[in-house]
Amino acid sequence: MTISFDLAENSVLAQEHYNRIAREQMRPIARDADTHEHELPESWVEWYWLHGRDNVGDVNAPSDGFIQVCIQAEELCWGDAGLYLRTPTAALGGSAVAAAGTQEQRERFLTPFRGSGHPIWGAMAITEAEAGSDAAAIQTTAERDGDDYVINGQKIFCTAGEGASQVEGGFVVVWATVDKSAGRGGIKSFVVPAGTPGMELVGLEKKLGIRASDTATLRFENCRVPAANLLGSAEVKKRDSKTGDKGFKGAMATFDASRPIVAAMAVGVGRASLDFLLEELDRQGVSVRFDAPPSELTAIERDVIEMIGELQAARLLTWRAASMMNKGKPNNLEASMAKAKAGLAVTRITQKAVEILGPPAYSKKLMVEKWMRDAKINDIFEGTQQINQLIVARRILDYSSSMLR
Amino acid sequence: MIEFDPTEEQELVVETVRQFVENEVRPAARECDEACEVPRGLLDQAHELGLVANALPESVGGGGERNAVTQCLIAEELAWGDLAIALSIMSPSLTALPVADFGTEEQQQRVLPRFAGPNFTPGSIALVEPRFDSDPFRPKSTAKREGDEYVIDGAKCLVPWLDGDEQVLVFASEEGRAQGFLVDRNSEGLTAEAEQNLGVQALGSVELTLSGVRVSASDKLGGDAGVNMPALVARGRVGLAAMGVGVARAAYDLAREYAKEREAFGAKIASKQAIAFMLADMAIEIDAARLLTWEAAWGLDAGRDALRESTLAYQQVQRVALQVADGAVQVMGGHGYIRDYLPEMHLRNARGFAMFEALTLV
Ligand SMILES: Cc1cc2nc3c(=O)[nH]c(=O)nc-3n(C[C@H](O)[C@H](O)[C@H](O)COP(=O)(O)OP(=O)(O)OC[C@H]3O[C@@H](n4cnc5c(N)ncnc54)[C@H](O)[C@@H]3O)c2cc1C
Repeated sequence: MTISFDLAENSVLAQEHYNRIAREQMRPIARDADTHEHELPESWVEWYWLHGRDNVGDVNAPSDGFIQVCIQAEELCWGDAGLYLRTPTAALGGSAVAAAGTQEQRERFLTPFRGSGHPIWGAMAITEAEAGSDAAAIQTTAERDGDDYVINGQKIFCTAGEGASQVEGGFVVVWATVDKSAGRGGIKSFVVPAGTPGMELVGLEKKLGIRASDTATLRFENCRVPAANLLGSAEVKKRDSKTGDKGFKGAMATFDASRPIVAAMAVGVGRASLDFLLEELDRQGVSVRFDAPPSELTAIERDVIEMIGELQAARLLTWRAASMMNKGKPNNLEASMAKAKAGLAVTRITQKAVEILGPPAYSKKLMVEKWMRDAKINDIFEGTQQINQLIVARRILDYSSSMLR
Repeated sequence: MIEFDPTEEQELVVETVRQFVENEVRPAARECDEACEVPRGLLDQAHELGLVANALPESVGGGGERNAVTQCLIAEELAWGDLAIALSIMSPSLTALPVADFGTEEQQQRVLPRFAGPNFTPGSIALVEPRFDSDPFRPKSTAKREGDEYVIDGAKCLVPWLDGDEQVLVFASEEGRAQGFLVDRNSEGLTAEAEQNLGVQALGSVELTLSGVRVSASDKLGGDAGVNMPALVARGRVGLAAMGVGVARAAYDLAREYAKEREAFGAKIASKQAIAFMLADMAIEIDAARLLTWEAAWGLDAGRDALRESTLAYQQVQRVALQVADGAVQVMGGHGYIRDYLPEMHLRNARGFAMFEALTLV
């Protein structure tokens, strides 16, 4: 092993491959998809389902592993973050099934995503009106009834929730408590297949950005799923039990895998903005010098050098968190570091780009204003900036969640 | 493939340096700062680790293991101990590495062996100028060719000046291009005045005045080809970036430990988010800065002109080192402000990264 920043050949291929997709399939319809919120971007969905799922490069060649997944997210979000979230994949729901599911569950729920039928979606529903950051406070219940669980409650802000709940073949992973008295220990996740009676699409959010993404409110009324759809162990560990959090912690552990991806998404949006800014400055005859003394740098040069540095810092933290997954090393700290850094850095970069480019960038004729709107979500979902700071702080201080809340 | 883990060999080097730093450097840091001096014995001891000599070519008695990433790992560890002591220990690099990189064969044979020898020989580089618009690529100091000689005029500052060597590598503009010159310390027309600075007080740096200083044409670094300044500056920035990461880490460590001990309003201050989040941000920024530094160093090792990467890393580190050191003072409150504790020193040292510019450490 030796420190290296050389991408594997497959990663370079992936970069080129997904960048071409971003340029040819996403960018041309990005503005339109943003304007027509709540409409299915059919051309993207169909194209991806037919052509986008192929492997890139030689699957047996040396690979950067999970870093390549981050590269894919970065490139596609450079194309369009809203469309990326609307892509027919198992997404976060798939990560949960892959992480906590049995072999049988993985086959049953994930195989259709590789199949030849119509496009389908997966989603993850944790958040409720009264439980966001504090995911352990969820009120949705799942009651055992014979061979089934019966789910009751309402979920909000469920990404891809329309597709996943409505289009047959997809599914929503729903977090619910089987025993409120057990606190976190009672929280379990269930795979609810699309079209299950009792799961109702109540509505879609109107948002600041990523408007091509369907953010759904889902109501569960006596929604019945087989007990075989429960992910992980059914056993409820009581609050006072030493290992009481295992199930909940296991569920939270999917975030260690998904946070680097969200960080990579952020980097993609940030890069879209920064690339455009650099091209535009170049077109205007403004160059950014790396060999000029600070006293000679213009304010714009200073800003841009800072932006490039921040973006690369975020990308490297992201890749490091991903690289640890390749090795099976715990990356809870590093995943949150990447997410916190990327979420904030990219929020600032995209806002700064609008400032530097001035009135034209404030106009919807350019995409810069859109990237600023799209970027902000990365500092909110999958753990807000503050929640990721909390996780980092607990790790570095060696504090439990009760010592630092 | 992308890889974030050092080699086993590098880990061993880091471990050795860390032990040395813990046993010898850290305990001496405050005293050195107050005395504005690093004891010679400490430098001799460090020299036995061969940290610089290992990186010099075998042809002059060195270890032939030049690797920018390794030097960065060493630089961070040393600076985590103390910046002024770290710069003193690594000072042979300041003359030796540019000569190794750009010197003619004759210059290498003449200059390098003493840095690879059994005794500690400090090096010295004079690049920075005492003005707000100091620019390594376009020094205001000048060198004019006169027959077989160069005549150098100008002023330099932040020049490390440890006893034990008789040369300094001075940079001046020759026909608008920066070039290096090996100048005898006791040359006529050269005066060195001890500096008193905000930080790195133990470095014993000087301000140099050169008026009509004459050197032989054979003392121009690299001969007719001269110096590849972007490459030299890139190396300078990367090494300093690594040291900046070390300083930041030192300040952060102090703040974190203190926050876990100190109580206010009936609780450890680390259990308050205002403090915990500052610490979290420090940890994130330090790791980010280190990765940028490694990427730039790796680029140098891959034979690239890493000026862009090294500048990005150095820019980030300048900000991060200062922010973390300032944060450490803040976390410790009034105790951070008094000289019984080290954060105030880290804060003074960290500000220096905005001007050190290109001390060639890797
Ligand atoms: C577009 C979009 C898509 C989403 N997709 C999904 C999805 O697919 N599935 C899903 O389950 N959820 C999803 N979410 C929900 C998202 O994860 C939550 O919005 C987020 O976790 C924050 O929860 P909240 O909105 O309730 O804010 P709150 O938890 O009420 O937070 C409000 C503020 O308080 C801060 N805060 C909260 N707790 C603390 C603390 N302990 N210390 C310091 N500060 C704190 C937060 O950082 C924030 O600034 C989505 C949200 C959006 C907007």
